[in-house]
Amino acid sequence: MTPQLITTDVLVIGGGLAGERCAIEAAAAGQEAMILSLVPPRRSHSCAAQGGMQAALGNCVKAEGDSPYVHFLDTVRGSDWGADQEVANIFADEAPVAVRELAHFGVPWTRVRGGKNRYFVKGEWVEIDEPTENDGLITHRDFGGTAKWRACYAAAGTGHAALYAVDSEVVRLGITVRDRVEAISLIHDGSRCTGVVARCLRTGKHFAVLAKATVIATGGYGRIYGRYTTNATINYGDGAALALNTGIVPLGNMEAVQFHPTALSPSGILITEGCRGDGGFLLDKNLNRFMVEAEPEKQELASRDVVSRHMMQTILDGNGVDSPNGSHLWLDVRHLGEKHLTTKLLEVFDICRDFAGINPANDLIPVRPTQHYSMGGVRVNKDGEAYGLAGLYAVGEAACWDMHGFNRLGGNSLAETLVAGRVVGARVAEYASSTTLQANTALAFDALGIAERQSEAWLTREGKGRSVYEIRDSLGEIMITKVGIFRNGEDLEAAVSEIQALIDECSHAVLQHKGPGANPELAFALRLPGMLRLAMTVAMGALARSESRGAHFRVDYPLRNDRDWLNRTLARWQPDADAPTLSYEPVGLIDLPPGHRGYGSDERIELETSVDDYNASVAEVQQREGRLASVDPMGSRLKSAGEASI
Amino acid sequence: MTDKVRRLSFEIFRFNPEDPESEPHIDTFEILERPYMTLYMALNEIRETQDAGLQFDFACRSAICGSCGMLVNGRPALGCRTLTADLPETIRLHPLPAFKLIGDLSVDTGTWFRDMAERTEAWIHEQQAFDPEATEDRMSDDIAAAIYEGDRCIECGCCVASCGVANVSPEFLAGAGLNRVARFMMDPRDSRSDEDWFEVVAGDDGVFGCIGMMACADVCPKELPLLEVYAYLRRRTLGTKFLKD
Repeated sequence: MTPQLITTDVLVIGGGLAGERCAIEAAAAGQEAMILSLVPPRRSHSCAAQGGMQAALGNCVKAEGDSPYVHFLDTVRGSDWGADQEVANIFADEAPVAVRELAHFGVPWTRVRGGKNRYFVKGEWVEIDEPTENDGLITHRDFGGTAKWRACYAAAGTGHAALYAVDSEVVRLGITVRDRVEAISLIHDGSRCTGVVARCLRTGKHFAVLAKATVIATGGYGRIYGRYTTNATINYGDGAALALNTGIVPLGNMEAVQFHPTALSPSGILITEGCRGDGGFLLDKNLNRFMVEAEPEKQELASRDVVSRHMMQTILDGNGVDSPNGSHLWLDVRHLGEKHLTTKLLEVFDICRDFAGINPANDLIPVRPTQHYSMGGVRVNKDGEAYGLAGLYAVGEAACWDMHGFNRLGGNSLAETLVAGRVVGARVAEYASSTTLQANTALAFDALGIAERQSEAWLTREGKGRSVYEIRDSLGEIMITKVGIFRNGEDLEAAVSEIQALIDECSHAVLQHKGPGANPELAFALRLPGMLRLAMTVAMGALARSESRGAHFRVDYPLRNDRDWLNRTLARWQPDADAPTLSYEPVGLIDLPPGHRGYGSDERIELETSVDDYNASVAEVQQREGRLASVDPMGSRLKSAGEASI
Repeated sequence: MTDKVRRLSFEIFRFNPEDPESEPHIDTFEILERPYMTLYMALNEIRETQDAGLQFDFACRSAICGSCGMLVNGRPALGCRTLTADLPETIRLHPLPAFKLIGDLSVDTGTWFRDMAERTEAWIHEQQAFDPEATEDRMSDDIAAAIYEGDRCIECGCCVASCGVANVSPEFLAGAGLNRVARFMMDPRDSRSDEDWFEVVAGDDGVFGCIGMMACADVCPKELPLLEVYAYLRRRTLGTKFLKD
């Protein structure tokens, strides 16, 4: 039996890579850490990351000349200048350490083989002599949107290997993990977060956890796209919803939603970008490599937003392959050969066999762009501390830290989980060691009571409302058809009003099963209002943003507009309000001025103010929006810190 | 696919330990088969249209996370990648044995694997502390590939459920546990000596508790080479104690 009230120093919600790495940092600093997880931590969605983790080690020939600064430049260009450049810089600097630390934890990174190696590059085999002095160092593969080969990898199971290694450290440190537990609400007094109310998914019982620091590490919100996502069934944005429900903490850039070019059609299961990195082609119905014409320089390895748009356009132009499940395109990796596919891309080989009944050494793989990653999330400062509530942090995909801006580069999310886990974990540990537990039990029992009454309301409601699953399916259809890759004002307005209608329907939905215990239908019903609210912030953010930037593409406003929209959307949902309120803040201090990404369109509306003037406004506006002071001053980690620091 | 749509009959084990009135029994559900239908799709359809209380576990639905092990017509398998087309019209589903039941098809693998990891100290026993300034230690790509092969286990528990020993002896490490041990044993980064390893795997709960029926290898969804793993463990362990000099 779990008591109704338990305490710890650092509470981490989510047992994926970001959350676990953060908990390790806190535990190593002597804080008691506890992880709550929907599933046993090794089943977290981090395990599904396949192709690689970006870090500028520069160990193989095609990575020569790489450096954290080149990685920084790629990341900012990839973000379409939506990223916080200081955060991108911290990230790029720390990524090599994070990769090497994973080697220390046991990840069997693929290593450089000195001597002749054959690689498939831009349509042909090339032979490259890897210097023998690099033999045994961690090697790299190519990924989209990068100037150098930078993705470190373990076959196509990089996330799996990383998660197992990090979880083994969690076990070594004796960190308590409570799996099959769902966070229901944050306990806070309007200025400080002191823990969560959680629900046990074994018994259905509620309990409160009081902590000095609380970390949201719950991953993305892909499941608001229903089945049109590569994400696991557990990625419905619970952490973002927790923050949104405070009415205080804003969510950043929720409209920035990534579509991965190559999900298996129709199941939506991810096929790694590593396939294209290792030389795979995208083909239309005539077996034409349409990306060569569309992006002569990067070809299949432009950024994901650009490739996904070219793919959708190819399908819209009638050059997709018709199937009973809708049009798709082909991913061709046959020329890589069975040996490569059953070693370096083994997981892809298995997925093709198990879920499409094909052998990718002989057969083309049916693929289609599919929702994949949430750039948006809980808005935090560079220490990972949430806007507006002291003691609340967010890391990984759940956070808007914000190194991805409007498009994340492949391999940067795995790297973010480990880097942010280290960086934010250290801040969390400092904070926890400098403060005492606020054991305001009245506040906790109030929150507990509200959560229990919420469950009770679902269990006692009678009537003829729709099922929660039907509402979920309707939401997915709205999101994919009206808030997808190509967006326009008319569709987005319709999406907003249709989601509003679903929110109303949800409050009348009726459960079929009212039995005791965890009750899977009740568990889902408790998630659904949060999913609908997140969807609303995505749709409204997309409707308001009358420009195209990264993954957010408005057919009616096709240009990136640095004059009016070089900013980050913040969405808050006041208690009892019908809709979120949106506000905007500068993206952060700019080091690399906005320009052409090197792929995609070179047309844009230019920034009219000077970069200096832009930078001068950042601190004040962000502070007004709730940004808490970071331990080191803003700008201290920018490359040109001397000039940019304010 | 045949032209005629099959009507599938699912006979599913039901028991909710949280419900004092629940008794273990079998419920039967019928649904129409769809092309490329997996047990993931079928079970969700049953829960969403026929019995909202049905408990089961899925997460990644792509055979990577290991959540959905269950007995499919008596054989442990991952539900997400089991196609109904490969099964007869009557499909009997039970929870994996050897694990504590949470309800219906849902079992507590998390506790089992955490306990195994703690008992075998399934982490790298470092030789020295991590130095963030240093270049990584070198490793041959062949050794990295061999470790990765052992690292591929997704801890779904199918091997444990299929193991004659694990079903009667809860402490037995079973396929997943022994594979985990071998994975660290072959890792040059781990500082444990053969004598240390002897303590971990030489007892009845370790590799010599295996009675060699090898159902584990038959059911492993990742097709891990468990026969070779056990041979490796026996060789290393015997080599320590009995075969020296």
